[in-house]
Formats: sequence, C-alpha cells, structure tokens
Amino acid sequence: MTDVEAPATGSLLKIQGLTKYFGTFAACSGIDLAIQPGEIHALLGENGAGKSTLVKMLFGVLQPSEGRILWDGRPVSIGSPGEARQLGIGMVFQHFSLFEALTVAENIALSMDPKIPLAKIAEEAASLSKAYGLPLDPNAHVADLSVGERQRIEIVRALLQNPKLIILDEPTSVLTPQEADKLFETLFKLRSEGRSVLYISHRLEEVQRICDRATVLRHGKVTGACDPKGETPASLARMMVGSDVASVHREAAANLGDVLIDVVNLSVPARTPFAVTLREIGLQVRAGEVMAIAGVAGNGQGELFDALSGEYPVADAEAIRLRGKPVGRTGINGRRLLGAGFVPEERHGHAAVSDMSLSDNLLLSRSQSDRAAFLTGGFAAIIRHDVIRSAAKRICQVMDVRKSGEDPAAGSLSGGNLQKFIIGRELDRQPSVLVVNQPTWGVDAGAASRIRQSLIDLARAGSAVIVISQDLDEIFEVATNIAVISEGRLSKPYPAAELTLERIGLLMGGIHDSTGHAGSPTAPHAGGVHAH
Amino acid sequence: MIEAILLTIITAATPLVIAAIGELVTERAGVLNLGVEGMMIMGAVCAFAGSYLTGVPLFGVLAGILGGALFSLLFGFLTLTLVTNQVATGLALTLLGLGLSGQLGESFVGIPGVKLSPIVFPVLSDIPFIGPLLFRQDITFYLSIALVIGVNWFLFRSRTGLKLRAIGDSHGSAHALGINVIRTRYLAVMFGGACAGLAGAQLSLVYTPQWVENMTAGRGWIALALVVFASWRPLRVLIGGYIFGAVGILQLHAQAFGVGIPSQFLSMLPYAVTIVVLIIISHNRRTTLINTPACLGKPFVPDR
Repeated sequence: MTDVEAPATGSLLKIQGLTKYFGTFAACSGIDLAIQPGEIHALLGENGAGKSTLVKMLFGVLQPSEGRILWDGRPVSIGSPGEARQLGIGMVFQHFSLFEALTVAENIALSMDPKIPLAKIAEEAASLSKAYGLPLDPNAHVADLSVGERQRIEIVRALLQNPKLIILDEPTSVLTPQEADKLFETLFKLRSEGRSVLYISHRLEEVQRICDRATVLRHGKVTGACDPKGETPASLARMMVGSDVASVHREAAANLGDVLIDVVNLSVPARTPFAVTLREIGLQVRAGEVMAIAGVAGNGQGELFDALSGEYPVADAEAIRLRGKPVGRTGINGRRLLGAGFVPEERHGHAAVSDMSLSDNLLLSRSQSDRAAFLTGGFAAIIRHDVIRSAAKRICQVMDVRKSGEDPAAGSLSGGNLQKFIIGRELDRQPSVLVVNQPTWGVDAGAASRIRQSLIDLARAGSAVIVISQDLDEIFEVATNIAVISEGRLSKPYPAAELTLERIGLLMGGIHDSTGHAGSPTAPHAGGVHAH
Repeated sequence: MIEAILLTIITAATPLVIAAIGELVTERAGVLNLGVEGMMIMGAVCAFAGSYLTGVPLFGVLAGILGGALFSLLFGFLTLTLVTNQVATGLALTLLGLGLSGQLGESFVGIPGVKLSPIVFPVLSDIPFIGPLLFRQDITFYLSIALVIGVNWFLFRSRTGLKLRAIGDSHGSAHALGINVIRTRYLAVMFGGACAGLAGAQLSLVYTPQWVENMTAGRGWIALALVVFASWRPLRVLIGGYIFGAVGILQLHAQAFGVGIPSQFLSMLPYAVTIVVLIIISHNRRTTLINTPACLGKPFVPDR
C-alpha cells in the first residue's frame, strides 16, 4: 500500500482522533481522516467496521465521545443534521425516507422552508436534476419511480442546500449497474465543481474506479489510507478484513465421512435487479466437515443460502443432493425432513418472529420436522405446549440463553442471546446437515465464541456444516475447508490450514485460478484430513 | 315533478357529502374512524336540542357541529393518546353514540322541530329550474359545497395539507421530518367529528325537522363507504354523494310507482357499488398507492 499523506492545510474536512463509545464498546476509536476540496474520498470497511457511526457523527446524528472535527480549518461541533446542513454537509442515506403517495416536488418541499412556494421548488429541482444528469420529473409520484430515481430525489434534495461535502452511504447497494454508472457521472460532475464526496462502500471495484483516496476502517480503527487506484483488490481486501487473525485453537479434525450435501453445477438467475446470479456452483461437504464460505458482502451469499435452504427452490432437482437425494426443487420443510437445518442471516423477521414467544418460534420452524413430538391429535394438529416449552427450556440451558421470564417474546432478547437460541433450535435436532448464514453477525464476543464452538462440536459429532460468513476471524476459527464466493461464483475449497491471507484476499477480489471452480468437485478427501 | 325529485336528492345527498368529506380528511391523516354513524347521531340530537332550547335553528347547527367534534375528541383521546385499536374504538363510538343520543333525546321525541330556513340569493334564485335548486337552499347545502372545494384546496394546494397527507402516507417519516403527527391527527379527527355533527344537524333540522331515535339510519356507514368509493378524492365525494343520494330517493319513487325491484336491493346498492369500486381500485396498484393513505388505521407511537 502506498501511503499518500494529505497536506495538513487546505483540507475541507479534517478529523482528528474521533472516538465514539457505546457503553464501554468503542464503535470508532481514534479515527483520523482528511478530505480535500474536490475529491471523491472512499470510506471502506466491512459491515460493523464503524463506517456508519463515523458518518453519523459527521452529520450531527451522533455526538463524538472524543476527538475533534475541523471544517475549513476551524474546529466545529455538529449538534444536529440541521447544523451539518448549515455548514454545507449534505447526506444521502442508504434507506430513503420518502413519501410514496406524494410527488417528487412535494417530497422535497416537506424538508424545505415552508415559505418557498411549491412551484418554485419544483422548478429548482427540475433544473438542478437536469444540470447534474439526474433526470427527474418533479410532478411524478414517488410510487411510480424506480429505486434509482428515488435515490436521485435524495441527492437533489441534498444538492438544493448547495453543500460543499456530500456523504453517500452505500449508494450503489440499491442500484442496477446502469444506474450506478449514471450516479458516478454525477459524482464526477460534483467533483469538477470543487465539491467533495465522501463515498461509503465495501465494493472494491467501484472504489478503485471512482475514488481519489480511500480510508479503510476495521473494527472501528483506521487500518489504511491510500490511493485506491494504486492498490490491488487483494491489498484493499486485506486492509478491510485485517491480518490480525487470531491463532486457531482446534483439535485435529476427525476423519471425514460420506458426502452429505452435494451441489453440482448450480446456477440460479437473479430474482431481482439487485440480486446476484449464481453461476455453476459446485460444493461437497462431508460428515465431520465445516465448510466455510468467505467473501465480501453482496457477492451471492444470500442467494446461495436461499438455494441451499430451499427458501427459493431451484429449477434443477439434481443440482443439490442431501444425503444422496435430489432436493433442488424441494422446499424448506422437505429438506428439514431429510435431516437438514438452516439458520438465515436476519434474526428478526426471518429466523424468528419478534413478537412471538421462544416456544412459538420453536414450533414455527419445526412443526413439520418434529410433528410427532410437537403436535398431537393427527389431522387436528393440536399443539403440545408442554413438550414445546420444555424443549425451548432445554435449548436455552444448552446454549446458555440469558432471558427474562420463562418464555419471553423473541424480540425481548438481546441479539446475541436470540442468535444462540436460533442456532440452538437447529442443533437440538442434531441435524446431519446445517447451513448457517452469518452466524455471529452483530453478536457480542461471548455469544459468538459459544456459537462457533457449537458449530465445531456439531461437525465433530458427524454432521456436515456450511458456514457462510464475511468474518475471516470466524472462518479461520471454525473451518475445515474454505471456499470463496465472488460475483456469484464459488472457488474450489481449500484446506483452512493451507490458505494464506494473501490468497484469500485474491480470491475475494474475484481472481480465480483457472483450474479452480467451474463446478468441479474436489477429489475425495482432498484437504479434509489436514490437521491444524 | 323532476324539480321536486332533484330537490329531494339534494337534501338526501347533502348529509352524505358533509359526513364523507370530514371522514376523508380524518382518513387522509391516517386515522380510520368507523364511528361516523355515532358522531352523526350525536350531532343530530345536539342540533335538535340547540334549536329547540334557543328557538334559533342556526344555534342548532352550531350545537350539532360542536357535539360531533366533542364526541370525536373521545375517539381521538382513546386511539391517539391511549393508542387503542382504531377499528374497535370506532365501532364502540357508533354504539355509544346511538345509545347516548337515544337517552339524551328521550324528551324530544314527538316534538315538532323548526326547519332551518333557506338562504335565498336574490336574482339568482329567480332563474327558472336552477334557481330554486341551487340558490334557495339552507346553509348546510352551501356549506357542503364549500367544504368539498375548501378541503380539495387544503389537501392539494396548501403546505399544511401536504403535511397532513405526508402523515397519512408514512407517519414515521413525517415524525422524523419534525411534523407533529399526534397533534395533526387530533385536529383531523375533530374536523371529521365536526363534519359528521353538521351532517347530523342537517338531518334533524332540514331533512326531517324533528328528533327520532336512530334517525341517521345507516347514513354514517354510507358516508364511510363513500370515502372509499371516492378513493380519497374530495371532488369524487361530491359526485359519489349525489349518486348515493339519488339511489336512495329513486328507490322510494320506484316503490311508489310499483317497479318490481325489491327495495332491499336498492338500499344495498351503495354498498355493492363500493365493493365494486374497491375491487377496481385495488386492482390497480398505482392508484391505490397514490390515493390510499398507507398508514390508515395504523397506530403511531413516537420514539419506538
């Protein structure tokens, strides 16, 4: 990495030692950052790296615990978004707060001075959007607009305040590639006018393409400041995921058994314009093996999970085999009946119903696979609350779930405890195949290590486990073998002991070996028996 | 003959239009008040009492408006401050209104009331046919027209109306923009109550100038249906109100002429038409999104 030191004077925005504590947890710790006039500055980092916390402090939504912010060389305190706008900072949020039933002009008018007549706002918005290549009809209803057009409203709304710095939070995560290209043209135009852009992203390719400088965050600290054009995707990825991987304490993996889940040549077209197309994925996981799937977010992890779990069955039944049986077209419950268990990424609303009790959530996921135990009365399917409650209690004991009350609502648990319950709910069945997506996302360290240990234990007991994760620490902690997903393609699996960070960084950056993927399953026992 | 029929249609349509335009504003702010029938009957009994006790029918109109608004305040307190279920509370309001009005009006039963006198526009009222229809009406008719035009202007031309629509569309986003959701909703609910009260006053002071228990006879429900029929657009309330009013009157005439359609069939027509309209508008996702308040009936609790 080439360190380009920003000149001390002339910075539009300079941050020194900015720190934000939530309780004792430092979401941002001693962050230094300088943004020059007329530059597009990337803020790179994985989920949870502290990017959002940092920009919220810059936009006055959060107040820093320590450190200072210099605007045009003068120290400032930004108490509210209104004060940020007064200084000349505009922000485009990732999730829009637009009114669908109202027109574009009406939406903009709601956040403007009520004295300005609507017709004038419409006129200004139209001319501004035209000037920046963001065509918008001020009289169109938001309901009729695409996501990209909705984002333009937010950008135009920010531009109407004539800002010197515009912060964009993951703007392309909701855009199609064509819409993203248009957005980049607008950003270049802003830069040519001397405005600065702080561009938050975890997409390396984009950052390399459009940004002049990049600051990389990891675990709330700056791990690098560089000119992204002078870096490789691998070196950027390494800065993002870090090189301080904890030493792995794990006993030798047991001998691996039969292939329990076998994915051959799995291709799934993208369901929405924002989804990733899965291409010719091949994957075999044996009894006793933890297969970790690494990758930068948004490269097809969610789509792969959906295909493996049967949430969205795939066209080719033979593409996925569970314990020898073709299940590609089988739904979740059919796969569960074959002994598989699944834990999706989102805890609330996907893995659990927040307003329902733990025992109800247990019944919801296992009403088919544990029908004999949980339901009685045959066709009438009467719920056996006593059995289910004692099962929920057992899960809580085994997984050390801290909760208030006997059978509280899922939403009342902390993220870590709910995640322990959700994982425990599957482990309780002793599934022969377990697929988990981001098992410890946003979970405290104690719960995370409890969950990781239980995944290792499950594999040791003879199950096949697939862990999809963006956390390399986690991957090296649990994995027997590691495959990397990038742009919907899965690399061949590598024994965790043999894979270097350099290599995994290259794979995450999308550089595959010619012999690697293309659906060729690994040779029997390849890598699997390597001990650490 | 035709003039006489048209006059009765106007008289029948006016309370529907007034009650519906009030409920439209309430619903545009995202509050579903099913208690229109109850607020209307409270307006009717208050209006009759006001007119009878003061001897001035115009005070009766004011009493009706006040009675409806105060009664809706109860609904507002329950649903907005105590965050009770809007549907259940609205139904309870109707039942309470029907019972309470019967109690309050017990001593008025059988007393002949004073009819609200028409306001006659000189010259204009002498135009043949149109004159007596449009320019020799009582104040409630003129108010109904003014309300439709005024509400239409308020909702789609004024900044306050824009805020009200924003609240109905997404109260969370509106709150984030610094708009006072609860206060605006209180005012919208009370405007709906005042309109329902005025509609009730029209019934007991113009339509049949006397007090009869349950004299609203389901008109509150027709007004509710009318709001949906109009897909939350004020000018369509006016059109729909006259269609619904005409159906009700023609049904009486059809009976008199011995037309072989059962009267029950004609009385259900407004509801049947509303169901058809509902099917049509929900078929088109776009019109639904743009006109139906997305937060309709959803409780709002700030800071959660």
